[in-house]
This record gives sequence, C-alpha cells and structure tokens, in this order.
Amino acid sequence: MSGRRSGSGVSSISDDQITHLVSKLQQLIPELCARRSHKASASKVLQETCDYIRNLHKEVEDLSDRLSQLLASIDTDNDQAAIVRSLLM
Amino acid sequence: MASLITNPVTNTNSDRSKRKKKKNSMVKQNLQRSQKEDHARWKSEAQQQIYSSKLIQALSQVSLGTPSPSAPRGGRAVRKAADRVLAVAAKGRTRWSRAILTSRLKLKFRKQKRSQRGSVAAVAAATRTSRSKKPRVSVLKLKAKSVPTVQRKVKVLGRLVPGCRKQPLPVILEEATDYIAALEMQVRAMSALADLLSGSGAASSSSATPPEWPMPPTSQ
Repeated sequence: MSGRRSGSGVSSISDDQITHLVSKLQQLIPELCARRSHKASASKVLQETCDYIRNLHKEVEDLSDRLSQLLASIDTDNDQAAIVRSLLM
Repeated sequence: MASLITNPVTNTNSDRSKRKKKKNSMVKQNLQRSQKEDHARWKSEAQQQIYSSKLIQALSQVSLGTPSPSAPRGGRAVRKAADRVLAVAAKGRTRWSRAILTSRLKLKFRKQKRSQRGSVAAVAAATRTSRSKKPRVSVLKLKAKSVPTVQRKVKVLGRLVPGCRKQPLPVILEEATDYIAALEMQVRAMSALADLLSGSGAASSSSATPPEWPMPPTSQ
C-alpha cells in the first residue's frame, strides 16, 4: 500500500508472545468464550476470528442497508419526519 | 433510546476530560495496560454515544446528497460513512483506522498533490510516533512460526482487517483485537439507530403522538 521502508524491523517474535496474543483474541470471540479452558488451538482461534469478523462485516452491511432504507422512507414522510429530521441535523 | 440523541453534547464534554486523563496515563504505563483500556473504551456507553452522534451527522449529509438513491438504495454509502466515522472514533491510534481514512483520501485526491496524505500522516505520527511507519517484514523471516496453517490463517486475517495485508504476525493479531471490539460497537450503535428510526417510522403511520420521547414541545 505505502511505499515506505523502515530500518527497524521486528527481529524475532517469541512463541510466548504469539500465544499471549492468540489467547487475548480468544477471549474476545464469543464462540470460543463458551468453552474456554485453553482448549482451542491457535489455528482454531484464528479461524473463528476470521469467521467472526466476516459475520460482523455482514451485520454492518445489513444494518447499513436497513438504515439507508429507513432514511429514504423518512425523507418522504409527514410530520414525524420533521421531528426526526430536526434531530438528525 | 432517546438518550442516544438527546445527550450527545454533555457526554462528549465529560468524556473529553476523561480521554485526556486516559491519554496521560497511557503514555506512562505499559502497552498491555493501554490495550486493556482501549478494549474497555470500545465497550463504554460514552464511546457508543459519541459514535452515534457523529454517525448521525455523517448520515444526514449522505441522505440529503442523494434524495433518490440508486438500486442498492445508498446502502454502500451508509456503510462507507459508518466505517469512516468508526475510524475517526479510533483517533488514529490503530493501523486499521488510519488505513480506512487514508484509503478514502487516496481515492479522492489521487489527481491532486500529495500534501493531503502528508497531513494525515503527520496527524498519525503525532498520535503514535512509533507506529506511523509500516515496517515491511516478510513473514518468512519469522521462523518461530513454521506451522503453515497458522501462517495461512493469519494471512487471511490480515486481508480482513483493513491496512494489515503486509504486516507481521503480532501486528495483525493486535490490530484484529481492536478491530473486533470496534466492529462490535459499530454494530450496537447502528442497530440502536435503526431501531430508533424504525420505531419512529412505525409510530408515524399509526398514531400522531411519538412513543416516549422526552422532547420539549417545539413548533412543527
């Protein structure tokens, strides 16, 4: 994306750091929270993370479609629309 | 629900002082501590209200701009506005937020000079100097994770999170944790907003009085 290069790279990442980050990620994902006790392997956590982010993206898209429809319908409405419009602007 | 709309100003004022205090403490303390605060930040009610009020302002510009939108009914424009406001709410501390903001600028000002990008980069540098440059380390150098499965999945994850396509593994994991918390807040705020709007829409067809809005009687 950007054409920047920096001299200080990341030399070597310890496995502990990776495990720590993965466990933190695991805590965030609701599916893996239900059956914790460190059963989830790193690959499973990453897979669930990807699925969860895709789900969230889809939810945001659905919500934005719904919002756009609501906004369009409100624009053509009556005095309730005037109230909502005064709140929106 | 009405508190989302009626109390944005007071909450931004009180939260601004809270945010200043948080900024000072974050500089002094550990990185882990700051990450915990960031996660709590995305879950706080104040942050959601800030986001909702900013989103409403952005959406009012979107809907007024195109009174008769095209076939997808401007859903994509709403999504882009929501993502942009989310990135602004992140205050440029994370890579994905900076990537969202700069990608829009790149598309907009492609033909114009690069001074805009320079200003955004300067802003990003001011907030997080150590991370403003994106280090280009190939994943092959990190021999600790020689398991191809993990590498593959991390690459997929890096494609999902904006701005993390070529980042090393720990960066991607870190950005992903913050991105997930931010997305959850975005979903909460947008669904609350949609409920509010649909509630008002449903009431308009049935009765004249709104459900329970603590609104002062204004001239309509």
